[in-house]
Amino acid sequence: MPEKNTEQDTARGSSVGVVQPQDIQLADEDNPLILDNGRSFAPINVRYETYGRLNKERSNAVLILHAFSGDAHAAGYHSPEDQKPGWWDPMIGPGRAFDTTKYFIISSNVLGGCQGTTGPASVSPETGKPYGLSFPVITIADMVRLQERLIDALGIDRLLAVAGGSMGGMQALEWAVGYPERVRSAMVLSSTARLNAQGIAFNAVGRNAITTDCRWAGGDYYGEETPSTGLAIARMIGHITYLSDESMRMKFGRRLQQRATYGYDFSDQFEVESYLQHQGDKFVDRFDANSYLYLSKAMDYFDMSESYGGLTNAFSRTGAKFLVISYSSDWLYPTYQSKEMVYAMMKSGLDVTFIELASPYGHDSFLLDAGRQTELISSFLEKAYAESTE
Amino acid sequence: MPNQPNSRPNTSAEDQQPGSDEIIIDLIGAGSTVLDLGCGEGELLERLIRDKQIAGRGVDIEEAKILACVKRGISVFQGNLDEGLKDYATNSYDYVILNQTLQVTHNPVLVLREMMRVGKKGIVSFPNFGFLYNRLQLLFAGRMPVNRKFPFTWYNTPNIHFFTRKDFLNTCIELGFQIEQEIPTRNGKTVARLFAGSMANEVCYVLTD
Repeated sequence: MPEKNTEQDTARGSSVGVVQPQDIQLADEDNPLILDNGRSFAPINVRYETYGRLNKERSNAVLILHAFSGDAHAAGYHSPEDQKPGWWDPMIGPGRAFDTTKYFIISSNVLGGCQGTTGPASVSPETGKPYGLSFPVITIADMVRLQERLIDALGIDRLLAVAGGSMGGMQALEWAVGYPERVRSAMVLSSTARLNAQGIAFNAVGRNAITTDCRWAGGDYYGEETPSTGLAIARMIGHITYLSDESMRMKFGRRLQQRATYGYDFSDQFEVESYLQHQGDKFVDRFDANSYLYLSKAMDYFDMSESYGGLTNAFSRTGAKFLVISYSSDWLYPTYQSKEMVYAMMKSGLDVTFIELASPYGHDSFLLDAGRQTELISSFLEKAYAESTE
Repeated sequence: MPNQPNSRPNTSAEDQQPGSDEIIIDLIGAGSTVLDLGCGEGELLERLIRDKQIAGRGVDIEEAKILACVKRGISVFQGNLDEGLKDYATNSYDYVILNQTLQVTHNPVLVLREMMRVGKKGIVSFPNFGFLYNRLQLLFAGRMPVNRKFPFTWYNTPNIHFFTRKDFLNTCIELGFQIEQEIPTRNGKTVARLFAGSMANEVCYVLTD
C-alpha cells in the first residue's frame, strides 16, 4: 500500500469522518469454514468496517475488497486525531465514487491477514500459541467463502457490487463467478484471472527474503524478535513492482538524499533507496511476516481458468455486469491480462466494459488515480443500482 | 479537434441531423445483438437499446469516449480495430456496424473482413468522396474538399482513407460480400440509386457474406 499521493487526490466529495472497526466471529467448532485444502478451520474472527446505510430493501450493499497489504480500514479516520485515512479514502465517502449517501459500503480484512481477521499471528485455541506455519494454506476462494458469511451475518442477500484492485480484483472475480446469485456487478481493477509467472516470481523472492532471515525461525518467532529485515526487503521488492520506470523517474530521479555531490562511499544514498528503506521499515511495524507468506501464496494459486475449467466456462456461471480497468504503466498486472479475461467474459455473453487508463503510476495507479476512476465507478454503480430497482 | 485514428470523428453541431444514425436504426431488427465498431460516445447504441431493445456493445479507442459510454450505461471495449476482432467468435452478433468509421481505420480490408466474420450482417456507412461537390472542389479550386462531410483540412483529418461509392462497390466484389441493401443519401435525404455515385454525400450498406 503506497502513501496517499495528495497531488493525485482529485476526488470529489468528502470524507466519511471517524469510523469504528467491528469484530465478528464467523466460524466456530460447530460451524467451521471448509477450506480449498480440505481442512475445516475454526474459530475465525473477522474485522470489518461499514460506511453509509443499508436501505430497507437491502439492495444497496457494495463490498470493497482490499489488496495484498490492505486492511478493513478503507475509508475515514479511526479518531479525530488520526492523520492517516483508510487506504481508498479518495474513493469512498459522501459524493465520492462509492457514494455513502447512496450505498452501504462494507470492507473486511481477509482471512490470513494480520489486521484483525484471523491469520497466522492469531492464537490457536488448541495450543494457546500463535498458529505460525500451522495456519492452513489458504486461497482467494477461501477469503471469499469467509466474506460470504459476513454478508450473511449482515443480512444481505445480494450485493449491488463487489470491487477491488489487484488481489482485491481477484476476490471480486471469485465472488462474481463463485456466488453468481449474490452479485449484481463487479469492478475489477489492475487485476488478473490468473497470476502470471512474473508475479509468482516476485512473490517468491519476497517469501525467500523472509524465510532466509534467521529470526523467521520456521515461522515461530512470535514473542521473539521478528524477521523484520527479511520482511522489509520483501516490501522493498514489492514496492518496486508497484511503481513504474516513469513514476520513479518523476518522483526520485537520480537525486541523492543527504548530499549534493557524490562522496564515493556507501553512505551515499539515492532518494529512491531511502524511500524504499522507509517503506520497508514502516511496513514491518504493521504487517506480520507469516501473513506475507500466506497471502502471497494465495495469489500464486489464483487461477480461475484452472478452478472452473477454462475462463469462458468460469464466466458462463455468472450474469454479473463487469467493469474492468487496467493501467497503461502497470507492468505487474499488465493490460493483456485484463483483456484476456474481458474476451472470455464477452464470449460468455456478459455485459462488460473494459478500459485501459493512461497513467504513469504503475500498479499503484488504482490507489492514486482517483479522478477518472471516480467517473467510471460512479457511473457504473449508478446504472447497476438503477437496473436493480427496475 | 483532431481525432485519434480509429475513433469515430467528432461531428460538428450542424452535422448532428439528419444523420446516418436514423438510417441505421431503421435497418436493425428489434431485439437483435449489435456490435458498434468505433462507437464514439455511444449515442447510436443508446438509441438502439431504447428504440429497438437490442443487446449492444461498442468498441472505441479513445479514453474520453469510453468514459462517455460508461456514463450512458453502454458496455464498451477499449480496443484498436486495426488489430482485428480475433477474440470475437464467428457470427456472434446479428449486426456489426461501421458507422462513419471505415475511413479512419488503417487497414479497412481487415476491418471489413473481421466485421463480416463476427457479424451475420454488416452495416457500413461512410461519406462518399465521389460526391459531385467534392469532385468540383478538386477540379475547379484544385484543393482537397472541405465541407459538411469533410470538415477537416488535409493535415488534421482523421479520415486517412478516402474512397467513393464506386470504390466501395468494387471492394465488396473483391471481398465477395453481397449487398443486401444500399441507401444513398444527401444530407439525410434519400437519393435515387442511379445518381448515387455523384449525388449522395453519404452511403449506407447492409452486407452479407
